Amino acid sequence: MRLKSVVAGLVVLAAIGAGGGLWLTAPKPLPESHWQALAAPDLGNGERIFNAGGCVSCHAAPGAEGDAKRVLSGGLALKSPFGTFHVPNISPDPKAGIGEWTLAEFGNAMKRGVGRNGEHLYPSFPYGSYARMKDQDIADLYGFMKTLPVSNNIAAPHELGFPFNIRLAVGGWKLLYFNDAPRVELAGADPQVLAGQYLVEGPGHCGECHTPRNALGGFKAGEWLAGGPNPEGEGRIPDITPGSKTMGAWSTDEIAAYLETGFTPDYDSVGGSMVDVQQNMARLKAEDRAAIAAYLKAVPVR
Amino acid sequence: MNFKPVLAAALVAAFCSSTVMAAEPQEVRQQEMKAGGEAFGAMAAIAKGQKPYDAAVVKASLEKLAEVSKDFHNHFPKGSETGYESEASIKIWEDSAGFKAANDKFAADVASVLAALPADQAGVTAAVGTIGANCGACHQTYRVKR
Ligand code: HEC
Ligand code: HEC
Ligand code: HEC
Repeated sequence: MRLKSVVAGLVVLAAIGAGGGLWLTAPKPLPESHWQALAAPDLGNGERIFNAGGCVSCHAAPGAEGDAKRVLSGGLALKSPFGTFHVPNISPDPKAGIGEWTLAEFGNAMKRGVGRNGEHLYPSFPYGSYARMKDQDIADLYGFMKTLPVSNNIAAPHELGFPFNIRLAVGGWKLLYFNDAPRVELAGADPQVLAGQYLVEGPGHCGECHTPRNALGGFKAGEWLAGGPNPEGEGRIPDITPGSKTMGAWSTDEIAAYLETGFTPDYDSVGGSMVDVQQNMARLKAEDRAAIAAYLKAVPVR
Repeated sequence: MNFKPVLAAALVAAFCSSTVMAAEPQEVRQQEMKAGGEAFGAMAAIAKGQKPYDAAVVKASLEKLAEVSKDFHNHFPKGSETGYESEASIKIWEDSAGFKAANDKFAADVASVLAALPADQAGVTAAVGTIGANCGACHQTYRVKR
């Protein structure tokens, strides 16, 4: 996930972060009380958020298929020229996974990018999007994740060279780019479009791939979902705004059908890293895919 | 005698036949995929109920897919990695065995469906599922948008 540019940004920001214990760049978890007033988890909604969030794309064992994807054993190596991130085990195993985490600890990882020991997490975990999620959805998601199988796998530590191995440096990146404001203002949008906005900008984290980044790893202003060169390899990530040369011409139903089946209106098929995303989208209800499609039709043309 | 038009006509003929006869591998494989996509689309339309079940259409589509799936992997010689708007991934050449295996599975799935020839809409729906799984699986690794 756009690691190159994110990590490149850290070089510069290491300077700011390592500038030393500045309160500006310190991890900022939400207080325990923030997480206390929530209702008991709705496991059905938790599963929906789990699918929308695409946790399996990164946290399942590499190459896992079918039901094996529900075992969030970690171990996938996310390579970048600056080093390799080894995705952690987030199964409910009490030792190897996150089985002993409180809701507050889980919620602060998801919405504040803060780990269990109060450390900054790297934005290769897309909390920059998850920060927009509703607290109750986080609680439902966590409740659902506790029903998944355990794994005792312990992922290797990240192999990041200096200065990327300094978690404090992430504080500089957060200071500049981390917020939970809407990505686009859609004045007067109908409820369906707003539902789609939530799914795309929050759990779906579509912009993490589809929005181009600057040298510091922040999204380029005014280019939300505009696509660009694939920073991790060959080819391009397509523009998915209504200005797109390809899908700009698709109807909302056709966009929803692509997310459900993986086929374009002229029977070309989904490819690349979108395949995992599409398989997650296929598990949502039709109304959620329709909302995502409506939102993609409503965002500004790029 | 006026040679000019004769010569011009001969040149045009030579040019046309050369592009037909010796089309670049990038163009041949894209053409094959396009034809395969159209054939697959005709079956998907029946599966979705947009078109009625038609045995002749199903058979012709499967024969097209069989032809494409058997031949496709032959059009990736060294030197054809890029150009002509090709969306082939470099992984086809880096892991040619893996690519061949993906192509072989595609061909085997199409051949088994063709041998049984789906006899109704439900059969076509199952066939679209079996064959269709190959498209994204191969495109995930071996094709990139440019
Ligand atoms: C694009 C890949 C990616 C996706 C998608 C992703 N994660 Fe992660 N996640 C990571 C990486 C990488 C880390 C390690 C970050 C670090 O070490 O700072 C991580 C860390 C975490 C952690 C902290 C674990 C620990 O031991 O500190 C939690 C909790 C977590 N992810 C939950 C989730 C959930 C829930 C989802 C789905 C809603 C999800 N992740 C989706 C890549 C991903
Ligand atoms: C991990 C990176 C990644 C994420 C996350 C992601 N996409 Fe994609 N998306 C891609 C890539 C790569 C393609 C090109 C697919 C191909 O090669 O066929 C693509 C293609 C698409 C297309 C088709 C565009 C076209 O013109 O063919 C749509 C629509 C789309 N994505 C929507 C979404 C939505 C909605 C989300 C969030 C739910 C999302 N994407 C999240 C990487 C991603
Ligand atoms: C064995 C791998 C493989 C399989 C299986 C496969 N494809 Fe492809 N497909 C490719 C590659 C590689 C390309 C890019 C070719 C190029 O541009 O040089 C491609 C390109 C395409 C294109 C674009 C053609 C153009 O106009 O440029 C379409 C449409 C397509 N595939 C549809 C399908 C459909 C539908 C299926 C399933 C019935 C399928 N493919 C199965 C590998 C595969």
